Amino acid sequence: MPALCRDCLARSPAAPPRGRCPACGSPRVVAHPELFDLAIAHVDCDAFYASVEKRDAPELRDRPVIVGGSRRGVVSTACYLARIRGVRSAMPMFEALRRCPEAVVIRPRMAAYAEASARIRVMMEALTPLVEPLALDEAFLDLAGTTRLHGAPPAVLLVRLARQVEAEVGVTVSVGLAPNKFLAKIASDLDKPRGLAVIGRAEAAAFLAPRPVELVWGVGAAGQAALEAAGIRTFADLQAREPRELARAFGGLGPRLAALARGEDARRVTPHGPVKSISAETTFAEDTADTELLDGHLWRLAVRVSDRAKAKGLAGRTVTLKLKRADHRLLTRRTTLREASQIADRLHAAAAALAAERPDPGPFRLIGLGLGEIVPAAVADATADLLDPAAARRAAAERATDRIRARFGPDAILRGRALR
Amino acid sequence: MKIAIERTALLRAVAQAQSVVERRNTIPILANVLVEAEGDTVSLRATDLDIEVVDRAPARVERAGATTVSALLLHDIVRKLPEGALVQLAADPATERLAIQAGRSQFALATLPREDFPVMASSEYACSFVAPAGALRRLFDKSKFAISTEETRYYLNGVYMHVATGDGGVKVLRCVATDGHRLARIDAPLPPGAAAMPGVIVPRKTVNELRKLLDDDAAEIAVSVSDTKVRFATPEITLTSKVIDGTFPDYARVIPTQNARRLEVDAAEFARAVDRVATVSSERARAVKLQMEDDRLVLSVNAPDTAAAQEELAVAYGADRLEIGFNAKYLLEIASQVDRENAVFLFNTPGDPTLMREGSDTSAVYVVMPMRV
Repeated sequence: MPALCRDCLARSPAAPPRGRCPACGSPRVVAHPELFDLAIAHVDCDAFYASVEKRDAPELRDRPVIVGGSRRGVVSTACYLARIRGVRSAMPMFEALRRCPEAVVIRPRMAAYAEASARIRVMMEALTPLVEPLALDEAFLDLAGTTRLHGAPPAVLLVRLARQVEAEVGVTVSVGLAPNKFLAKIASDLDKPRGLAVIGRAEAAAFLAPRPVELVWGVGAAGQAALEAAGIRTFADLQAREPRELARAFGGLGPRLAALARGEDARRVTPHGPVKSISAETTFAEDTADTELLDGHLWRLAVRVSDRAKAKGLAGRTVTLKLKRADHRLLTRRTTLREASQIADRLHAAAAALAAERPDPGPFRLIGLGLGEIVPAAVADATADLLDPAAARRAAAERATDRIRARFGPDAILRGRALR
Repeated sequence: MKIAIERTALLRAVAQAQSVVERRNTIPILANVLVEAEGDTVSLRATDLDIEVVDRAPARVERAGATTVSALLLHDIVRKLPEGALVQLAADPATERLAIQAGRSQFALATLPREDFPVMASSEYACSFVAPAGALRRLFDKSKFAISTEETRYYLNGVYMHVATGDGGVKVLRCVATDGHRLARIDAPLPPGAAAMPGVIVPRKTVNELRKLLDDDAAEIAVSVSDTKVRFATPEITLTSKVIDGTFPDYARVIPTQNARRLEVDAAEFARAVDRVATVSSERARAVKLQMEDDRLVLSVNAPDTAAAQEELAVAYGADRLEIGFNAKYLLEIASQVDRENAVFLFNTPGDPTLMREGSDTSAVYVVMPMRV
């Protein structure tokens, strides 16, 4: 069974005795019969947001760190120290702080995470064009056919990638290597953090058998209940059924479930298509119906969306306002702009007009702004408004402040209304 | 109610009525048309609560009365009946159905009581006058392309009809529409009795419905206007509409008066050239670039990833060299408004609004905002 040392990259034809690398003595050796034959990987950063925070503030290294919203918000990422105390992603912040009162809570700095993510993406794309990002902190890679190009099999490339990310970006990743996306995604979770786990073709069905069917993505609570009602809890239950029976019971999902239960998944790794929309939202510390306050948030959201559109050279033709009431009911209103725009002032004006119609008196717990019908910036904001000559001057002022912010930081210069 | 009516007369009346009815409709009665028979006339009435149309047609009334049926169904049925057919409509109060019979075809439609049908409150009109259909047609046809669809500036979602002082100091009946990128300002001689008319914003849908009253040049249209409603009537059709409750912006300040660079071009030839070069533009908002120098106009479109196009026209242009871009669609729309003489464009700088008119005629003036190229 071929083996690979994740520290010194030494390869050996057989698993070393006592699991230690014969070359460097490291215990981080991975051995698997199909190790050098598998090419689909899922790369997942370990506690990504929290890791970036610890990287940027080394004094936090040995303290539990939670990245998330304010008192009202939820945990977006908890570092491993906080996880030991029972803090989980998506947990309400008050519950997280009850379990781990000494945790340091940090407001998300999406720009920093996006920057780290982009650097990791570049490293992945140096290995293969087939990179399918799922989020800022995870992606699928298809490394099939790259062995001759890189002079090493995928497993070695992935170990190198993990080491490079750790050294240059300062965060750790866990890698799942398998014959397909389904198994790769499961594998990356097996050996976290800083892990490399392999699931081969040969053992896939046996490996899955005792595991719960929740591992299939896209099966939500309703699907779960339907499976449960049919007496299916584990993959073994699925394996025991005839594919035809599953097709009858679950329609189009049936054959897919049958294939997954055997560890088969034919989906390709597909690099993402163009951006379809850009949006941002804020959950308030306290529910509010205050028009001034809502408008202040709306302006900051417009700036965030506009910044992202400008960074990507994009603009959009539709603006969507999203309001979530205190009872969690969601209201959305959309308007079409005269022409595509990326200017915060225009996005804000359109969203504010929607808000002024007041589809509901509130109070609200969340406000969001989205930009849709995305087009290249080259065809946006090209025609001035006859009826609002001042709009062109405001747009020019915004371009000027953008240049100042690019040089001195995003808060170097702000509109007064950003402070409301 | 029981009547007999010639199919063509009924079709015309029901067609006008059903076009007012909103397709997506949550109030059942608003999908219906109110059919009323009295004397020797049947009238069909439809409304969407903002617009009401009443269309009268001669009929043989055997029993006066009224009922309401689905406008869409009635229209489809009448449309499919053979030309020249005599159609009988009979309301049966017992079954609450309207029987339609023509030749060997028979239909029975569910009805709703006439009492449920909303009739638009009559209002006092501040001003009434009579205008020739041809003049009204020109006012609205030449301005409606510039109506805005932007919901957030709802006061631009119609044509502003008002009394203004035209060039030469004469009072005129004027229609203005704009969406902020282009503007149309059309004047007609002020009809007698119209001087006191309050300015109103006529909604887009009303403008479209009105158009059907204006085909006959010789027809005289009775116009009544109040602060909240406008009514257009022929002997057969009465169209009543709420007006948009808002203030139309002060358009006069955006119409350039100092533009000195003058381009004169055959409008049809110009429109065809714009259309040809715009073929290669992949984005719908792609700019057409106009370069002018010494009686030459070069139109060009450059879509960097896909294609480029260029066409040259002989024109009258004597000012210094100018390069300016426009949205191809806007240029086509204003060029197609010109029907008698050459199009005259008056430019300032590549960033300022451009004015277009027909020859030296100032009764139809268009303004279009340039596009960055």
